Amino acid sequence: MTTVAVPEAPSAPQMAARRPARPQRKFVLHLAVVVLMIIWLVPTVGLLVSSFRPQSKLSTTGWWTAFAPPYQFTLENYQQVINQNGIGQAFVNSLFIAIPATIIPIFVAAFAAYAFSWMEFWGRDVLFVVVVGLLVVPLQTTLIPILRLFAEWGLTGQFAAVWLAHTGYGLPFAVYLLRNFMGSLPKSVFESAALDGANHVVSFFRLAVPMSVPAFAALAIFQFLFVWNDLLVALIYIGLSNSDNLPMTAAMANLVNSLGGGWYLLGAAAFMSMALPLAVFFGLQRYFVRGIVGGAVKG
Amino acid sequence: MDTRLITAIEVVVGVPAVLIAYIWGTERLVNLAPERLRPRIRPWLWIAPALGFLGLFLLYPTVRTIIRSLYSKSELTPKFVGLDNYRWFITNDGARDALLNNALWVVFLTVFTVGIGMLVAILVDRVGYEAWAKSIIFLPLAISMVAAGVIWKFMYDFKAPGEPQTGTLNALLGSAGLGPVAWLQSPSLRLSTFAMIAIMVWMWTGFAMVIISAALKGIDPEVLEAARVDGANEWQVFRKVTFPLLGPTLAVVSTTMIITSLKTFDIVYTLTNGNYDTEVIANLMIKEMFTFGDFGRAGAVAVVLLLAIVPIMAFNIRQFRAQESIR
Repeated sequence: MTTVAVPEAPSAPQMAARRPARPQRKFVLHLAVVVLMIIWLVPTVGLLVSSFRPQSKLSTTGWWTAFAPPYQFTLENYQQVINQNGIGQAFVNSLFIAIPATIIPIFVAAFAAYAFSWMEFWGRDVLFVVVVGLLVVPLQTTLIPILRLFAEWGLTGQFAAVWLAHTGYGLPFAVYLLRNFMGSLPKSVFESAALDGANHVVSFFRLAVPMSVPAFAALAIFQFLFVWNDLLVALIYIGLSNSDNLPMTAAMANLVNSLGGGWYLLGAAAFMSMALPLAVFFGLQRYFVRGIVGGAVKG
Repeated sequence: MDTRLITAIEVVVGVPAVLIAYIWGTERLVNLAPERLRPRIRPWLWIAPALGFLGLFLLYPTVRTIIRSLYSKSELTPKFVGLDNYRWFITNDGARDALLNNALWVVFLTVFTVGIGMLVAILVDRVGYEAWAKSIIFLPLAISMVAAGVIWKFMYDFKAPGEPQTGTLNALLGSAGLGPVAWLQSPSLRLSTFAMIAIMVWMWTGFAMVIISAALKGIDPEVLEAARVDGANEWQVFRKVTFPLLGPTLAVVSTTMIITSLKTFDIVYTLTNGNYDTEVIANLMIKEMFTFGDFGRAGAVAVVLLLAIVPIMAFNIRQFRAQESIR
């Protein structure tokens, strides 16, 4: 929900050095930017280094000492996390949860977005404003009744519960993003298709969908990350009754809260949970940024 | 093979197939109707699945929660108690504490993310490695708040004075001769709340930066050049030209950040679970629900959260309508 134009991703240097600045000012500028970059990187790098250090070293020395001899690194934490602490299973669960919960809302939203963009009907604009308004409804207000509903249907603890819930929760953003994109496609294309006898089903599948691929990509990434990173929904609808189906986030939260052993595995667990988001981030940053700028508000 | 895998595959293939078949099927049905009525029926069939999900998972439960908040705890025979749960909320110290903390979250998270985000957007606009700098600042947004919590648990790690500090921040303080600080166990001055706000600033500054940067690139360079030709220095150009032009964008980013602050949950749940005076509304609600099993009070807490967000929702809708009218 933003008034800015859809930008390209952080791209090649644009208009570097708008005007010749004095050298010392240039130096201060570079210093400021580099310091910011370091501050932002250190926490992640620190944990990454820690995740490869042996347990005995972790509790007595800081991660920066790993760069001085004796260089002690190990893969043991990762092996333990995968095999013993159920994090490996949780990783698989996260995939089971995230993939259907990404695909279903995209399909449901695409039809609605097309109708909102290219069909005239009574109440269309008001209805769309209601959908936009639902963007900010806090999930917390929906938890109790939905939990009861799932309990009645025997769905609590099942993946199906989170698939359905994430579809509902993701829809306002999905409809909003797709409608904004589809609505901005050239009208003449749809008009001439209609003149040639194409009905709405044909123009949806042959025109609207292929032309909206960038929007679908942005939405898919966004929804995937939202579901993958979610803790609350999984905790409530799955966690209470079936801890075998818990995703990475919930398994990690348990590891943090269980003050006993296992804390030295946190780094490895965290990096396993971050692997996929980081891959998505680096591979598809362009679309990710577009998703964010195209629909700045998400409920 | 894992039956869950089979179910997942069935859903991934089956649900889209069913939806596509639904659209085809309804088009056939619509064509049976008199020609005049078709354009009136068709749109509703296309949006019906979406409306079904929205109604079931957002509208209906919100209404039910509001009603439930007027009833007592008992699961089997909840009694109507009017506004008692809200009265409890207002008079309860813990709840007031949570409200205060959420107010701190709203003010400081919003100001810092928008402020630093704008600063970074302006700074990196002038360096050659802009793409790199932006990626690094933006990266934390891709990971979960739980993972971010873990990352910062190691940053904030605290050992008793005298022992070697393994947390990055306390080690830095130590090398400057300052005592270790128990960042996440300090109720005084709400230090722990601020420590967690800092984590979210680290996560969300990239969000503000990306949107502000996009708006910045949309400003016509000639406007800025004109101001410079007229003798304005860089600060004046920023204050008199750039900042006003960024106004609407800053408003949008700020509303998003305010909503994020109000809904703060994961970080607090993972790191302190509300101890050391760090309670927030969303965590309080989950506690009432699961620790105390009081769905009435939990509902009231959720409604308070909703009420806090409604004015922002109204603002958003107004912005949206203004934007639509110039489309």
